[in-house]
Formats: sequence, structure tokens, C-alpha cells
Amino acid sequence: MSRERSRKLLPWVSTPLILVVFFALWELFVRVYDVSELVLPGPATVLESLVQVVTDPATWDHARVTATETIAGFLIALVSGVAVGVVLGKVPWLELSLRPMIVASQVVPKVALIPLFVIWFGFGMTSKVIMAAMLAFFPIMLNVQLGVRSVDPGQREVMRSLNSTRWQTFTHLELKSTMPYVFAGMEVGIVLAIIGTIVGEYLGGNEGLGYLVVRTLNELNAPALFATIILLSVLGLLLYFVVNGLKRFFIPWHESVYGQQDANG
Amino acid sequence: MAADSAEMVERTAGARQAGPPEGASGPAKLELIGIGKEFHTKRAHTQALSGIDLTIRDGEFVSVIGRSGCGKTTLLRMLAGLLSPSTGQILIEGRSLWNGARVDTSVVSQLGVVFQEANLFPWYSVAENIALPLRLRGDGKAERLARAYELAELVGLGGFERSYPRELSGGMRQRVAIARALSIRPKLLLMDEPFGALDALTRERMNLELQRIALATAATVVFITHDITEAVFLGDRVVHLTPRPGRIRQVKAIEFDRPRGIDVQTEPGFGAIVRDLRHALDEDEGR
Repeated sequence: MSRERSRKLLPWVSTPLILVVFFALWELFVRVYDVSELVLPGPATVLESLVQVVTDPATWDHARVTATETIAGFLIALVSGVAVGVVLGKVPWLELSLRPMIVASQVVPKVALIPLFVIWFGFGMTSKVIMAAMLAFFPIMLNVQLGVRSVDPGQREVMRSLNSTRWQTFTHLELKSTMPYVFAGMEVGIVLAIIGTIVGEYLGGNEGLGYLVVRTLNELNAPALFATIILLSVLGLLLYFVVNGLKRFFIPWHESVYGQQDANG
Repeated sequence: MAADSAEMVERTAGARQAGPPEGASGPAKLELIGIGKEFHTKRAHTQALSGIDLTIRDGEFVSVIGRSGCGKTTLLRMLAGLLSPSTGQILIEGRSLWNGARVDTSVVSQLGVVFQEANLFPWYSVAENIALPLRLRGDGKAERLARAYELAELVGLGGFERSYPRELSGGMRQRVAIARALSIRPKLLLMDEPFGALDALTRERMNLELQRIALATAATVVFITHDITEAVFLGDRVVHLTPRPGRIRQVKAIEFDRPRGIDVQTEPGFGAIVRDLRHALDEDEGR
């Protein structure tokens, strides 16, 4: 029992420890080799800059823009990904006929399309939302498609032997057993949506944390650049945990949720 | 009902005499008349079952044994309304289950089926799993939960109503599956090797439990298994299916009174029946 407990606590002890060691080595390296602040500022300098960046209200406007673009793109990807995934999962001939197109569109480096989106939709939020949506769409769609096809045949048989209607089979079985796949797609999708937004902001426009990264780079302000990257990471973590929390709430019965809770050796 | 079902089985039915023992007074619950099933694939044409005639009385427990590939699962799937027979008729309380390849849903809705796997829904609690058939039928929430709790008690899962399937052992899951099948008070309980995936000790206990549940609910049961001891222990009659094509080779009445204790297995009469069936099954091997 106590071994289980200590196993559960382990990451909570190890993570801060690793971080402390990491920051100490970083600071040590910067001081010993007298690295220029333009190349690699020490953690203390970065922290100082982070405080400055965070207290600047303009930063929060940028953060809000990035968050809005990411969430909007992600929601579009979620709705369209689930819809397309269900249809392709249910209609094999359609999936078969579209498969070459789907594979091709996945292979295309979508980030390379951003300049095109800028031409079409301008430097505003739209081009970033579309980029985020495009990146998040595929993992969600593919997972849902897999989920729709992975309904357990034994459970299907039970529903059949109970004389269930199509709608009942859908609500009691297909929908529920596809949910874990939807969430698996969402967890990958939200991360990709952030990447899409940031890359979009790198390449065009004058809003968002991605833009802030480019601006601080142009100002050769490495400490602020680091601080912005940290903010972006925090935003990413936050969004990921929201999705993860939704998963815990909606499918507490699934292995990926309860397995995490009582993972033991 | 439970008491006289033991009395009803008085004599041993001879080989190939598939009807109920003479003098049986109960009405026919299930009648199989000339059931056959062929499977067609591009390359082959398989006669899975042929000429199955069998009558099962109300409250009777009938075990069906045979080697794998003898068509026993095919037979059960036809009884459960999952697979249409190629020939013959299945009557449940005189009503035909199949009209050609179409199943009569009003007849199917009176059956309870337990598969080899429990096939519980992990997103529902034990009580919700048990009450699922009632929910699909449109029963009210209070009513179906009351029934679920009553059944959980019956199958020995009192106190686990709010647990989830992942928290249960294999034997407990199968109990839930049995309770789920019983929820609609089925006219006929069909079981396809329900304990096949359990370990020997759990299986023995489940056999005793099933016997108790069957007697308590006066259920009419068709029980498919490949375990001879289990078949003889549980059955009022044991139907031996022989493969290629699947036919009834013999029907044996088991004359020990129900409920039977586990000690019945050490009685000489019991051992003799098991031995005879084993020899008969061994003869199937060469076929």
C-alpha cells in the first residue's frame, strides 16, 4: 500500500527536483562561461524579464488573441473532425474513395500554406484560426473514424439480442465507446492547434504571443523572448489540462482515466 | 415449479429420441422442428446443423454439449434471434421466432441471452448494466432500478450495485450478465458457455449459483457448454451434438433431484453418466 502511495507521489517530488537542478546548471553555465545575454540569458534574468512581460497589460491582449485563435480553430476542428470521422467510419466506400485525397492532404506540410492564407484572409485572426483548425482536424477525424469502427462486436451482439433500435444502439453503445477516441484526438488536436496559431502569428500580423516572439527577436531582447516562450508553454499546458479535465469528467470509466489514477507496478 | 421439474425427469431418453421424456406434464416452452443451417462461402458449402428436433418444457434446464465445431453456438445464435435457420422452425410458446430470414421482434424480446464474455458496458454501473434491457424497453427509472437491485441481490452482488465493471472479477461480471438477461423475466434463458472463460474453482461456484438462480426464478434454460461435468451437473437433460453435420446424437435425462449439491458429482451414477458421455464425445473425434 505505502509503496503504491510513494509511487504516486514520485513525480511530484522528482519534477521540482529536476527543474531546480536544471536551472542551477543553466545559471552555472552562463556564469562560468560568461555567455552573452544576447545568446543565452541566465534564469534569473529571464525571471526578471518574465515579471516585466507579465505586468505589461499589452501582453495579456496578445495572450487573449492567441488563446481565442487557438480555441476557435480547435472547436472548428472538433466539430468538423467528429462529423467527417463519423461519416467516413460508417460509410466504408466513401472512405475508400477519399483515402488517397486524405493521405495526400496529410502529407502536405500545412504550415507551408500559411502565406497563402494570409493572401486570402489577410493578416487578422482568420488566417490563424484556419491554420489551427487544419492542423487539429486530422488527428481528431482519424481517431473518430477508428473509434466508430472499433465498437466491440460482443457488445453489439448484446444490443442486437436486446432488440435495440438503431438510435438506442447509437446512444447506449456507439457514442459512448467512441468517446475515448474523440478525447484521444482532442488531446493531440489541442497541441497542434496551438502550434498552428503560433506559426501563423510568426508569419503575419501584429497580434498574439507568436508575434511577440518575433518582435522580441527583432529587438534582440533574448530575456523577453525567453519569457514569451514560457508564457506560450503555460498557455499550451493550460489548454491541454482543460481537455484532459473534460476527458476525466466525461469518461471516468475509461482505462486512460482510471488507469492513470491507480497506475501501480 | 422448481420442485416438480425435478420429478418430471424420471427416465432416460434413448438415443435420438429428442422429445421430452414420456409422462412429462409441463407445456412445451421451446420447440425445434427440423432445424438446419448451411453456410455458403465462395469456396465451400458447410452443413453446420441438420435435422435438429427438440422440445423443451417449461422450467426445464437443458444442457447442450459437443466438440467445438459441432454447431452448438450456431444453434444458440438461431435461438437468440441472431442468425436465421436455413430450414425448420423454432417455436417459443407456440409462436414462431423466425419468419423466413426475418426475426419476430416481439418473440425475441422475451429471451434472455448470456454470452461467453460478459460484454458489460464499462460506462454503466452494475445496476445500470442490469437494468439496460428494461431501459431499452422504456420502463421507468424507479421501476427498473428497483428490479436491478433485486436482481443484484439474487445473483449475489448485493452492495455492488454502484460499482463499475472494471472493479469486478470475471465471475462477478458474468453474474451481472446473468442478472441483465434475467431483468426482463425472460421466457427462455439462453447461455453460450457462460463460464468458459472462468477458472475451475470460480466455475464450480458459478454452477451452484446458476442452479440456485434457475430454481429461484423457475427459468427455462438452454445451456451450451463443452464441459461434460458441468452439463450433467446442471441439466435436467443433456443433449449431445455430434459434428459434421451437427446433429443430435443422444439426449440423456439426468435423474438426480435438484437442487444438487456439489457432492452429487462423486456419486457412482453421476460418474457413469459422465463416462458414457465422454466415450460418446470421444467417438466424435474421429468423424
